[in-house]
Amino acid sequence: MNWTWFHKLGSPKWFYEISGRWLPWLGGAAIVLLLLGSVWGLAFAPQDYQQGNSFRIIYLHVPTAILAQSIYVMLAVAGVVGLVWKMKLADVALQQAAPIGAWMTFLALLTGAVWGKPTWGAWWVWDARLTAMLILLFLYFGIIALGNAISNRDSAAKACAVLAIVGVVNIPIIKYSVEWWNTLHQPATFKLTEKPAMPVEMWAPLLVMVIGFYCFLAAVLLMRMRLEILKREARASWVKTELRAQVEGRP
Amino acid sequence: MSFASFSEFLAMGNHGVYVWTSYGIGLLVVLINVALPLLGRRRYLQDEARRLRREEMK
Repeated sequence: MNWTWFHKLGSPKWFYEISGRWLPWLGGAAIVLLLLGSVWGLAFAPQDYQQGNSFRIIYLHVPTAILAQSIYVMLAVAGVVGLVWKMKLADVALQQAAPIGAWMTFLALLTGAVWGKPTWGAWWVWDARLTAMLILLFLYFGIIALGNAISNRDSAAKACAVLAIVGVVNIPIIKYSVEWWNTLHQPATFKLTEKPAMPVEMWAPLLVMVIGFYCFLAAVLLMRMRLEILKREARASWVKTELRAQVEGRP
Repeated sequence: MSFASFSEFLAMGNHGVYVWTSYGIGLLVVLINVALPLLGRRRYLQDEARRLRREEMK
């Protein structure tokens, strides 16, 4: 396997250039897919025979819940990369992905509550999966707070990396909570090994939404990381050139 | 199309409040996440432009 791309990731300048080229495509794909998925899911997918139309919240709930968990795994991977290879970019990614993860967890919990009211008759129950998701939200808050509380950049990076790695134990708990314990929450819609239990007209828009949300994550994360790189590398000569070009480009 | 009319689409079979609340807040969260880095970048570039002008005047 060719590892040059991994070593290049150590260079913020290379990352800034390549991400600038990807950003319009990712952003465009996110807009198209999210619009397509929402309209498809809201207006064209058939309604559920038990839950009626409230099930359409799934097209928002499942993608945000998937994102909330995969962003946390990303934080842990970035934490390992940062601790082992001392890659500066890993800390930038970790710090910038954490707020997006917190927003997605919040959205998954909120859409879940709004969905739970007509389906279970309650906004919130202390169900295993719901509780584990709430813990995930607090883990995100912890990482964000820790990153802001320590003024030394290297110490903050190490502390956040350790917290991200330790907290990743919560992810399998969320994933298997519906199997280990008796819960109200329904089991997973998508499994890698089996066909979905719902008909294709129902899960196709969901798949579009999941991919759309991943593109959204990529675009927003790149935007945040690019800004953070400009701030952190402000003394590098390529950043000064870039800033001058950006500043003089607009009146 | 799984709805006969637009008003049926809005009503969502008595679940309209839940569905549209979810999607409304969802749209808001997505827009906030897009706006924050865009506004942050603009403010940073404005600050840098001011700093560069100050340095040139010296």
